[in-house]
Amino acid sequence: MGEFEVHRVRFFGLVPAGVRCLAYQPRGGRLALGRTDGAVEVYNFAANYFQEKVIPGHEARSVEALCWVTGDRLFGAGLGGEISEYDLSRLCVSHSVDGGGGPIWSMAANSSGTQLAIGCEDGSVKLFQVVPGGIQFERNLDRRKGRILCLSWHPSDTHIAAGSIDILRVFDVSSGQTIQRIMVNYHVHKVKRECIVWSIAFLSSGTVVTSDSFGRVQFWDWERGTLLESHTVSTSAVLSLSVSEEEDSIVVGTSTGATYQFQLLPVKMGSLEKRWVRTKPFQHHTHDVRAVAHSSTALISGGLDAQLVIRPLMEKIQKKSYEAALRKFTFPHRRLVSCARKARLLLFQFSQHLELWRLGSTDETGKDGEVLPLRRMPEHLVQLKSKGPEHIYCSCISPCGSWVAYSTASRFHLYRVQYEGDSVSVKKVPKVPKLLLPACQLQFCADSNSLFVAAAQGSVHVLQLLEPGGCTHLHTLQPPSGCPEAVYLLAVSTDGHWLAAVSGDWAIHIYNLKSFKHHCTVPTYNCAVTAIAIHPITNNLVIAYSDQQLFEFNIPEKQYTAWSRTVQNQGLHKVWLERDSPITHITFNPKNPSHILLHDTYMFCVLDKSLPLPDNSALLMNQSTLKQLPETARQRQLHAFKICKKFQPLLFADLLDENCLVMVERPIMDFKTQLPLPIQQKKFGT
Amino acid sequence: MAVLCGSFTLCGLGPGGVGVGGGLLALEPGPDPDHVLLTDRGRTATLFKVSDQKPLGCWSVKHGQIITCPVVCNFETHEYVAVHDDKVLRIWKNTDINLDKVFKATLSADVFRIHSLPCGGPMVLFKGGGVRTLDVLLEAPQQEIENIISDEVIKWSEAFMDGQQPVLIFATEKDGDFFVYVQKLKTNSLHKYKLEQQELYKPLSFTAYIKNQIITLLCLYSNDSVYKVLIPLQQNSEEGEQILSKSQLLKLSVSGSVLKGTSFVVLDKDHVAVLGSLVAPGEESKECLTIWNTKFQTLQTSKELPLATSGQLWCYEEKFFFTHGKVLTVIMYKCETSSLAAAVGKHKDSQTPDVSSFVNWNTLTDEELVVSFQPQQSVALKSESKMTLRSKRNSIAKVQPDPLSVGQILLSLKDTSTTVLEDELRQLISKARMPDFQASIGCVITTLINRCKTNPKYYPQNFLLQIVQTQDLSYSLCPDLMAVALEKKDVHLLQICLQRFPDIPEEITYACLKVFLSISEACLQRIDVNLESVSCYIDTEFNNKEVKTEIVENGFNAELEQDIRNTKMTKETHLTAGGSFCPVGPQKAALLNAVLHSAYSEAFLLPHLKNLPAQQVVLFLRYLYYLYVKSSEKINTTLPGIRSPTISQIMDWMCLLLDAHFTVMVMLPEAKELLSNLHKFVRAQVRFYSELNKIEGSLRELQRLNNQKDSQTYSIEVLELI
Repeated sequence: MGEFEVHRVRFFGLVPAGVRCLAYQPRGGRLALGRTDGAVEVYNFAANYFQEKVIPGHEARSVEALCWVTGDRLFGAGLGGEISEYDLSRLCVSHSVDGGGGPIWSMAANSSGTQLAIGCEDGSVKLFQVVPGGIQFERNLDRRKGRILCLSWHPSDTHIAAGSIDILRVFDVSSGQTIQRIMVNYHVHKVKRECIVWSIAFLSSGTVVTSDSFGRVQFWDWERGTLLESHTVSTSAVLSLSVSEEEDSIVVGTSTGATYQFQLLPVKMGSLEKRWVRTKPFQHHTHDVRAVAHSSTALISGGLDAQLVIRPLMEKIQKKSYEAALRKFTFPHRRLVSCARKARLLLFQFSQHLELWRLGSTDETGKDGEVLPLRRMPEHLVQLKSKGPEHIYCSCISPCGSWVAYSTASRFHLYRVQYEGDSVSVKKVPKVPKLLLPACQLQFCADSNSLFVAAAQGSVHVLQLLEPGGCTHLHTLQPPSGCPEAVYLLAVSTDGHWLAAVSGDWAIHIYNLKSFKHHCTVPTYNCAVTAIAIHPITNNLVIAYSDQQLFEFNIPEKQYTAWSRTVQNQGLHKVWLERDSPITHITFNPKNPSHILLHDTYMFCVLDKSLPLPDNSALLMNQSTLKQLPETARQRQLHAFKICKKFQPLLFADLLDENCLVMVERPIMDFKTQLPLPIQQKKFGT
Repeated sequence: MAVLCGSFTLCGLGPGGVGVGGGLLALEPGPDPDHVLLTDRGRTATLFKVSDQKPLGCWSVKHGQIITCPVVCNFETHEYVAVHDDKVLRIWKNTDINLDKVFKATLSADVFRIHSLPCGGPMVLFKGGGVRTLDVLLEAPQQEIENIISDEVIKWSEAFMDGQQPVLIFATEKDGDFFVYVQKLKTNSLHKYKLEQQELYKPLSFTAYIKNQIITLLCLYSNDSVYKVLIPLQQNSEEGEQILSKSQLLKLSVSGSVLKGTSFVVLDKDHVAVLGSLVAPGEESKECLTIWNTKFQTLQTSKELPLATSGQLWCYEEKFFFTHGKVLTVIMYKCETSSLAAAVGKHKDSQTPDVSSFVNWNTLTDEELVVSFQPQQSVALKSESKMTLRSKRNSIAKVQPDPLSVGQILLSLKDTSTTVLEDELRQLISKARMPDFQASIGCVITTLINRCKTNPKYYPQNFLLQIVQTQDLSYSLCPDLMAVALEKKDVHLLQICLQRFPDIPEEITYACLKVFLSISEACLQRIDVNLESVSCYIDTEFNNKEVKTEIVENGFNAELEQDIRNTKMTKETHLTAGGSFCPVGPQKAALLNAVLHSAYSEAFLLPHLKNLPAQQVVLFLRYLYYLYVKSSEKINTTLPGIRSPTISQIMDWMCLLLDAHFTVMVMLPEAKELLSNLHKFVRAQVRFYSELNKIEGSLRELQRLNNQKDSQTYSIEVLELI
């Protein structure tokens, strides 16, 4: 098929922020995840664990706890002392209320979803009433010294257990009084260190479960104040704890990166007497496991090593197949890199700044696998720092490289970049039009004349870029039937005729840019869209869904193409469907119209539509086999998917020209070295 | 294993003890664990702490009154409820002493029993069949209670919780007919069933338990058998009276002696305890307490009770309670099924069907057997997966409800013409996977093979190929298939079988090998054989005789090495012998590869292999040598392609062949050269690897250097995609 000159880029210094808290919502199958930089993400388990929503962080807004209330309202609280409600359709904070007790360490909602309890630095537990459109302060519970690090409601909503330093307390919600206080370090002989109760859970049987900095998981009878069971799971702290809905299983996370499952098992078969038994240890993380969650079928853990691990429980899964596979997510399911093809520039998006790099070059050519000598090294041109505490939502560089745009929660910035020889000048475009922000995606058109800004309520703003450095608001495109969700993916055709936009409800709207009219809607498919792109020659829209299905939609004819129908009839290869990371970028090779280039975190694939699709008995990743074969034998083995797994983890891949690719990798080891050191554990000897 | 442990006396009966009024009425669980409530047939109710053998409280009604309904404990309020003189309801607490002064309500109808469940208040069953919860009854004690059973007489009743809903079941009798009523309290639905008639014999005692919304009613009949009756709770249709069929669960007889049971209790899903008298012919009957295993129909343990019992047996918290002589005796028992699954908490509910591709051997062994064939169920299972990964499979999964079982279809097709048969069978196997699909397919094949055997002209090759290729079969499922294929020399089918069956006996493997080696190349040219295992290293196009030249990555060039050592030999001969040309045609090579791939055990294969003719041995060895040289060309010593043999398979077979025929090979002139080449090649390989071992350290260092280069932040590399 061909040789490519691959620019293998590893200087994108992205360090994903650690996972701070998790909240699983069993009914919707969604997981909310809070990171140490204040970002909040929502994963949709039904859509193949796709990272469906991302709300970037804020310098002053850390997230210490997340709570789902009445199913779909998400609240977060943090050391900033505020309780915020997130608007998951606009992807921003809809409003926040000051907790009034200093930094908030913990938050929990009662089972009926009417009240939120927060645990504050000043030792108070405060109750807030959840009302439509916000929350209202209700009252304080009995205040004592010592920060409240964790909270748990009794399932009947009558009591709250709160963990502090050296102590746990139980409050009566109706009277607000402390009705039990238990010293947790009472049982330890000659304690000098303080014992921090990191996490707590109140079971309906009246048992309170705590995990503490001494590495213990303890079960208490709160009425009598006695210790029922104590399990020492680790020599270092047990930081997090979560109980299954049936209260027969508990998952805990420790600061050594290990997670353990506890199960309530009968002491012998058929016996009524049950005891908590530590059953399964897992070591998926290298750093602190700050957050765990327990879904009905899986243990979920998130660590400071930025990994989210979903470990299905084999005994809860009927079908022992794909669903029983372990999932690990480290990198976002969206693109943080944009590429100016013509100018050979890369724009990297960090949480609070952008970096612009020029790629190097070579004069040599070589054979497969060879590393070519460089004529020019890559060059770091500009670092653009975002002012203010808000983190960047999205960014984009124009194909010619002369425009750079980015958006934060409340501001939109456009820069004009000029290159004169070796010097680069960046000028901010004054007076950008006032738009309804935040923008979730930015996209320049191919000739760099206009910029598309994806915004809330399904709308896309069209800005016209003016020389030497200005812009005007041309039009706002909106779906005819309205849409509450923000647009998160955009694709514009090379001829500038069509624009496709995907909103949070997974509907794909196509607009005619010549008339600024809504052209059509792609038939709804019951899964999240992970990437779209419009073919430069045929104007077919290629869509990748999170269940790994691929569709090709003919825009002018408003129907799926024949090839797409063939794919659906024959079905994709099993190995393809069982990949666990979504396709994050699609591009094309204008010289080879039958090629579609796509990639996910672990592979890069050239999909050749002219070749037959592989069936399940064929080898999907057959490149290494093919390379061993003589030419004559190759022809029989060829199939449409040409997959390369050499570059991992792959954050971005694009075609610069006919046979020149750029691949942006971020080796795990590179960013692990930038994380704080994990707890040292002896491996050998005693 | 069930065992009876120690026994002790809870209390004396009669004067000084309880139960002056003629024995016990009932024993009910007390408010706390280890407590029981004893009601005698007179005026008294006593609360005992069992392990202490001590009464904690005793209440009696006035002289002249009789407790007619056993005292139960309301677990929610910790109150006691009793009825005396059929209609007078009393409720009291632990602190009350005099029953005269406690709450009293006079009801409008006679009470049969009160049932109290651990969660949910007590339920009152009236003699007329009406049921009220206690709360409802207390709101209006004088409310009218309907009579639903007219002149039937309640014999037994029991209450359960079905999820959140209390369910009451009671059995009545009228003129020798027995009826079962199931009353759901929340939905207030009443179902009436009639028990299947059993001539001459009558039920003596009932007991029941609930599991997965099915009530299992066990009846002890006067013919010394325990029968099982299943009553589903999820029945919405009110079709009047339904007849319940019963199945025998247990026959209470051991080696000639029969147990005349009087009462019985269920211990767990496999064990029941029966109290009764053991009657052996010619001997006096003895009263016994026995535990039976219903699964294996065995008597697990028994205890003789020389003093008389009242025939009543209660069981709470792993303890039996019964009167024995003049005392109330408690016997503890243990009933364990120890299993690994229980220990690790993987004890699966046996009622939820597993989705598995395993064959249920019980359902299908012969074509006469009727298969439980429920297409609806299989569809339900399919859709269980939450995340639907759409694949090709789903598109063929169109299911037509078919009342006929596979066995029946096969039976009906026995005498049809061949074309009709094939059409029907094709339809059959195109159906969605049902629970015992594989077993059914096994039957289909057996039918076909039997037909082949009886009619030598009939051989549906394509159809058999299709089945073997599309289904996951095994040798043991259709043992005759390969025998017939061998007889017919159907090499393609044999190849597919070798590739797909995991359990082919060595004898058959050998037979296949022999057929493959003996069949002529010319013959094979005409036969369609799957060539995918050889297509990658043998050029299948015969016109193209060019031997491909590749870079020798292994550091060893066979030709070169041999040139040095065997300069005397003409190049031509040693090339043919030396493994650069394939000694067999691609079809034969593909067939032999299938043999190489099949699983075998050396000890069983060797005796058969000794029978292989010498010429065939040489040919096969030549081919193996060719494979070995071919695979050694590559650094990873693997042959390209799908299902191509691995180096260890090649080596193992080579050793096996030499072991089996060494003496013959040494004598055979044409083998000599082959052996010496083989020897030289192996020696060279061994030398090469030992040299590699010596420089291993340096190689590792090179690799490290290579990795270091990899950690650069930027490079331009060449990538070839084919």
